[in-house]
Amino acid sequence: MAKPASNLAKSGNAFLNWVDQRLPVTAFWEATMTGYYAPRNFNFWYYMGVLSLVVLVIQILTGIFLTMHYKPSAAEAFASVEYIMRDVEWGWLIRYMHTTGASFFFIVVYLHMFRSFLYGSHRAPRELVWIFGMLIYLALMAEAFMGYVLPWGQMSYWGAQVIINLFGAIPSIGEPLTEWIRGDYFISDATLNRFFALHVIALPLAILGLVLLHLVALRENGSNNPDGIEIKANKDENGIPKDGIPFHPYYTIKDTFGISMFLMVFAFVIFFWPEAGGLFLEHDNFVPADPLVTPTHIKPVWYFTPYYAILKAVPDKLMGVILMFAAVGILFFLPWLDRSPVKSIRYKGLWYKVMLALFAIAFVRLGMLGMSEGTPAQTIEMRVWTFVYFAFFVLLYFLSPRASTKPLPERLTH
Amino acid sequence: MPTDGVNKRRRRFLVATTSAVGAVGVGFAAVPFIKSWKPSAKAQAVGAPVQVSLDGLDPGQIVKVQWRGQTIGVLRRSPETLALLPEVDNDLRDPESQESEQPPFAQNESRALKDEYLVVNMHCTHLGCVPQLVPQVGPQPFDDNWKGGFFCPCHKSKFDMAGRVYRGVPAPANLRIPPYSFLDDSTLIIGVNPEGAV
Amino acid sequence: MNKNVLIMLCSLVALAGVSGSAIAAGDAALEHANVNIRDTAAAQRGARLFVNYCMSCHSASYMRYNRLAEDLGLGEDLVKEHLMFADAKIGDTMEVAMRPADGEAWLGKAPPDLSLTARARGTDWLYTYFLSFYRDEAGSWNNVVLPNASMPHVLWQLQGIQEPVIVEHDGQPTVERLELAQPGMQSPEDYEETVRDLVTFLEYLGEPAELKRRNVGIWVLLFLVVFALTSYALKAEYWRDVH
Repeated sequence: MAKPASNLAKSGNAFLNWVDQRLPVTAFWEATMTGYYAPRNFNFWYYMGVLSLVVLVIQILTGIFLTMHYKPSAAEAFASVEYIMRDVEWGWLIRYMHTTGASFFFIVVYLHMFRSFLYGSHRAPRELVWIFGMLIYLALMAEAFMGYVLPWGQMSYWGAQVIINLFGAIPSIGEPLTEWIRGDYFISDATLNRFFALHVIALPLAILGLVLLHLVALRENGSNNPDGIEIKANKDENGIPKDGIPFHPYYTIKDTFGISMFLMVFAFVIFFWPEAGGLFLEHDNFVPADPLVTPTHIKPVWYFTPYYAILKAVPDKLMGVILMFAAVGILFFLPWLDRSPVKSIRYKGLWYKVMLALFAIAFVRLGMLGMSEGTPAQTIEMRVWTFVYFAFFVLLYFLSPRASTKPLPERLTH
Repeated sequence: MPTDGVNKRRRRFLVATTSAVGAVGVGFAAVPFIKSWKPSAKAQAVGAPVQVSLDGLDPGQIVKVQWRGQTIGVLRRSPETLALLPEVDNDLRDPESQESEQPPFAQNESRALKDEYLVVNMHCTHLGCVPQLVPQVGPQPFDDNWKGGFFCPCHKSKFDMAGRVYRGVPAPANLRIPPYSFLDDSTLIIGVNPEGAV
Repeated sequence: MNKNVLIMLCSLVALAGVSGSAIAAGDAALEHANVNIRDTAAAQRGARLFVNYCMSCHSASYMRYNRLAEDLGLGEDLVKEHLMFADAKIGDTMEVAMRPADGEAWLGKAPPDLSLTARARGTDWLYTYFLSFYRDEAGSWNNVVLPNASMPHVLWQLQGIQEPVIVEHDGQPTVERLELAQPGMQSPEDYEETVRDLVTFLEYLGEPAELKRRNVGIWVLLFLVVFALTSYALKAEYWRDVH
């Protein structure tokens, strides 16, 4: 095994030595980069983590600049967004980066989460990595929802109306709670103002903190891999995993390539398809918020629609809300619901492949049905997929310890 | 992991190339963010040229207008006032306006396009206060030998009737002359040079 | 990548495509506007139509005249002469003379600002809307796309007057198609071109930066291709150690 390619510490750089005596820069670099050994067989799915980080940085950077021009008041918000789009030099680009970034955040996060379903990355000893990830996901949903209210278009307004009223379903405290959230008897200036504060400072801080915890917890045991076996079980005479390679330079360089591919797709959408056919920027949101006119077809943005479909599938207000929150909440228990002796789908056998495929189809299909008008036929379909969605977790719990598995390899496969 | 026979030069070259391309990309990406701080189209529209009518402006009178948040004074000077200007040259810090800010057409004794009208940015070149016009010739509390001009109440800077700064006061340069031109004999436009808009 | 995973992903995408089109089939009745945002001449003609026919009631209060002059290659003098009201300044936005309260009194509803109509409705909708005015039995203007709206047919002198052919559908009288009862100053083909010009301008109005966005986008993508190539070469070189 060659020494890691980092030559920072060896360079005899006097300045670096000076810093190192005061701040452990080199030690940190070695612990997290050159001396951190990651499995050698990461595939496509393992780009999604670093891409989430890239999108997070883009969102924070563009968000800071949007804040410089945006006005969080009901009277001025809509016009200030158009001011950004037209009067601020390059404002349109900064805003499209932010709106496209919001949707791409969910795309990469959903793929990132799906990777865990594939290879069992949430299984012991990485349960806390998953829990922190889920908390990031929750914070991200709140962040996205409040951000969506800020342009103060019709969809901002009526989407907020519907989502805040979900809390009204809670018995006895529901009404006062929604009033407290809005700070008024309807969605108003006060609501917009507090959502702005939460969107630009409170939730980003929470997300950054959770991301840090997510990464620290990940580094503690190291990444899982597509085979779902522990590389630390096979170490050479120096105590280095035989199937591990230094994160730097190998994965920093590979991630750079992944980021370049991602940026191409991202830039394509920003410059040639920013509305994404009404998915990323909805047509009704180009009409200023009007409390007197309800749009004919209210729906949340695409990344919420799977849960929205579950809400619509249930013919009872309280039960619908409970089931919708349960659909998110059940994900927290995933590390304990999967009791299979193997982690990766590669060694789990056909039953899991079929179940996961159905689960993925259910999620996508619910997402599409959540956007639909909701004809009786579509409502029935929503119920079917809602059942499939929850059945996945129940079946997983009961089938996973019993189902046959394939033998695990000693070392990583290619 | 075998790392013998590695082409180190090739690796160094590729690292340098990718880093360079990446740095160029970051550089380009920074441009929109930096430029978004420039005055917006709205600010530019608000800061558009301002027209001033000279009708009814008698000699010795000043009219003040706002242009881009600055107070601009338009002072009509009598031939007597203009005749006094060369007399104070020796007491001035920059009588030729060599180190002061003005359009090229105003770098002359009267600091004006037409001698009769002084168009001047009223903000003191020291710290931005607006000096008072004291047109009377004769002893003043701040100057025993006053030939008329501007006096800044904040830090006692003095300027003559062409906005030129006296020696021995805190202001470092003459009052600034904004770009302007005449639409016709009685209409002035501030913010547009004779050659065109700024 | 795992082959099963790949198959699964592909089928998901296919599924999304099939049912996505099924769900979005609601707007089938609209005609295609075929707007070309690079057709500056059409946008110029559309700007003129907009000022002459729309701006007596509708504003475009996010659009500045000087931007119009620059983007459509008209020059400020031409815009001042032909497109602006006498007391407007070149940096002003395209405000309307009529006060909203008057609009409400005269038309029952204040005419909406048109800055973002193309983005809210889509160009196909606008195109079809302008072709779908007709005079009903009561002698007042109506529209197939937006029934019983308060807006009269301001372009009727160009198009002429259409009357509906009404057919019973499940006992409900439905407008099946429109017939030109009285020809206007333009032939139907010319009128379609006129409407296309107007919609081209409305599309521009919705997002003045669209053309610049597309032009810049090409350079950004080209740059990213270069970056992807160099970073791929770098990755391939280092990963020879691993493979």
